[in-house]
Amino acid sequence: MEILIYGIVNSVILSLMALGFTLVYSISRLPNFAHGALYITSGYITWLFLNKFEGFPYPFAIIIGILITSIIGALIYRLVLIRIRGMEISEIIASYAIGLAMLEGLRWGGLRGMTFTLPTFMTGTVNIFGVDIDYQRIIIVGVGVSIFLLLYLFTHFNRIGLALRGIAQDERAAMMLGIDSDMTAVVSLAIGSGLAGFAAILLLPLGNIIVEVGYNVLIFAIAVCVIGGLGSWVGTIVASFIIGFAQILTEAFLSTHYQMVVALLAIIITLLIKPSGLFGKQKELEERV
Amino acid sequence: MEMMRKERIDRGIKVRTEGIYAISSMREILYLLGPRLLLIVGLISLPLVLELAPYWKRVVNIMCVYSLIALSFDFLANYVGLVCLGGAFFVGVGGYLAAIFNVYLSFPIYLSIPLATICGAIFCTLLILPCLPLRGVYFAIVTLMYPLFFTRVIEALNILGGTNGITGVDSFPNQYVEQYTIIIITLLFLFGMRRFVNQDIGLVLRGVKDNDQAVRASGISIAYMKTLAVFIASFMGCFAGAYIAHLYMWGGLSLFALDFSIIPIASVVIGGGGTLVGAIIGSVVLVPLSEILRAFGTFRIVIYCIILTLVIVFKSEGLMIYLQRKYHQFERWVKV
Repeated sequence: MEILIYGIVNSVILSLMALGFTLVYSISRLPNFAHGALYITSGYITWLFLNKFEGFPYPFAIIIGILITSIIGALIYRLVLIRIRGMEISEIIASYAIGLAMLEGLRWGGLRGMTFTLPTFMTGTVNIFGVDIDYQRIIIVGVGVSIFLLLYLFTHFNRIGLALRGIAQDERAAMMLGIDSDMTAVVSLAIGSGLAGFAAILLLPLGNIIVEVGYNVLIFAIAVCVIGGLGSWVGTIVASFIIGFAQILTEAFLSTHYQMVVALLAIIITLLIKPSGLFGKQKELEERV
Repeated sequence: MEMMRKERIDRGIKVRTEGIYAISSMREILYLLGPRLLLIVGLISLPLVLELAPYWKRVVNIMCVYSLIALSFDFLANYVGLVCLGGAFFVGVGGYLAAIFNVYLSFPIYLSIPLATICGAIFCTLLILPCLPLRGVYFAIVTLMYPLFFTRVIEALNILGGTNGITGVDSFPNQYVEQYTIIIITLLFLFGMRRFVNQDIGLVLRGVKDNDQAVRASGISIAYMKTLAVFIASFMGCFAGAYIAHLYMWGGLSLFALDFSIIPIASVVIGGGGTLVGAIIGSVVLVPLSEILRAFGTFRIVIYCIILTLVIVFKSEGLMIYLQRKYHQFERWVKV
C-alpha cells in the first residue's frame, strides 16, 4: 500500500517536472535545456520575496516567482533562440549554456547549503489506508491532476491554446491560417517556464533549494520525455508513472542511490527497443538505421 | 607618375576553388604555410617559452587535453552529425582504465596509456552502439546521460575506489616527456584528422550527416560508418582521459565532470565548428582564460556560457573561419 501511494505521488512529481519541457518541445520543437535552471530560479525568486521583504504574503510571492520565470523563458526565446531556430545543434548548446549560466550564477551568488527552503502550504500528516502522508504531498497530487485538466481545457477550448496545437501539428498550415509561429513559440516558452516555476513551488517545500536539484530536474524531465516520446502528452504521463513506480520500487528494495541509475537505464533500454519513445510520433526515428 | 593599386595576395595563388593552389615562388609557399607553421612551431616552443612560469606550463597540458576533446566533438558533430554532449564520458572511461591498468595491474606508463586508449575506445563505442540509430536531440540527450550514469553507478556500487577514486597512479618520468607527449599527439591528431576527413571516407561521413538515406542507397552501411566515427572520436577522448589520469596521478569521479563536456563544446563554437583547427584555437583562448578566472570559482562557468551564447547568436562562424577570411583578404600595393 505504501508503495502504491508513494508511487502515485512520485509519478505526479515526475510528470510535473516534465510538463514544461514536453510542452515547449511539442509546440515549438525546441529542446529547452534551461528547464532545470528555470525551475530553481523560480524557487529562488519566491524565497527572495518571502525572506527579504518582511511579511510578504506567500501566495503573492508564488505568483511573482512564476511570472518572473515565465518572462525569463519568453526572453530566452525572444533574445537568443529566435536567432538560431531550426539549427538543432545550436539550439541545444545555446539553451544548455543559458541554463548552466543561470544555475552556476545562482551558485556563485550564494545559493549553497541548506538554508534555502520554502514553507509547506499546510503542515501535518494524514493517514490514508494505513499510510502516513503529509498534506503537501496530497496537495501536489491534487494540484498536479488539476493542472493537467486545465492544460487540456486550455489547449482545446481557447484561441491561443488552439493556435499552439495548430503549430504543433502542422507548422506550415498553421502559418497559412495566420498563426504567428514566433508568437506561439514565445507563448509556449513562457507557459513552459511558468510550469517549471509552478512545479518548483509545489515540489521545493519537500526539500532544499540547491543547484544540484536543477540538474536532476532537467535529467528527470528529459528521461520522462524521451521514454514517453518527445512531444507526446499521454506518453509523458505514462512514462512518469513507469519511472515513478520503478524508482519507488528500487528505493524499497535496494537503496536511494539507484534512483538516478533506474531513470538512466530506463532511457537507454527504451531507446534500444523503440527509439521514438513509447508514444512518439516522429516517423524518421522509427526507421532504424 | 607611377600608379599603384591594391592587390590581394591570394589572387595569384588560388585556382578556382578553395584548397587548390598554384604556387610559383617561395614567398607564396610561405604565405600558405605561415599560419600552419605558426601553430606547429608555436605549440612546440610553448613549453620552452614558458620555462620562466612553471605554473603556466601545466596550463599548456590542460589546454592540449581540452583541444583533443574538442577535436573529437568537432569531428563527431560537424562531420558525422552526431552531437555528443558527453565528452566527459570518453575522458572518464580513458582515465579510469589507465588508473586500473597502472595501479591494479601495475602496467608501466608507456603501456597503460596506449592500452587504456584502445580499450577505452572499444568500450565507449560498444556502449554508444545502441544509440547510433538516434539523431539530433535524442543522441545529444543520451550522450549527456552517460557520464552522469557512470558517476552514479560508481557512487552506488562503491567500486573503483568509490568517491575517493584510484590514487597512486604513476606520473610521467619528467616534465618534458609529459608536455611533449600531449603536444605532439595533439598536433598529430589534428593534421591526421584533417587528412582523414578530406579523403573519400570523410566524404561518406559528411554524407551520413547530410542525407543518410542517400548513403544507404549507395550501398554503404551507415551503422558501420557511424561506429567508425564514434571509435575515432572516443579514441581521442580516451587518450585525453588516460593522459589526465597520469598527469594528476589520480583517477576519480571528477574525470566524468561537466567541465570536460562543456569547455570543449565552447571551444569548438568559439573556434569555429567544422574546421578542426578551430577546436584547438578555441581551447587556446578559453583554457588560459579559465585559469585567469580561477579566483571567481563557479562564476567562470557563467562567463563561459555567456561567451558561448553570444558567439552562437552573433558570430556563429567562429574565430577560425573569420581569421581565415581576413587572412585571405590581405592586400599589398603593386605597380600598375
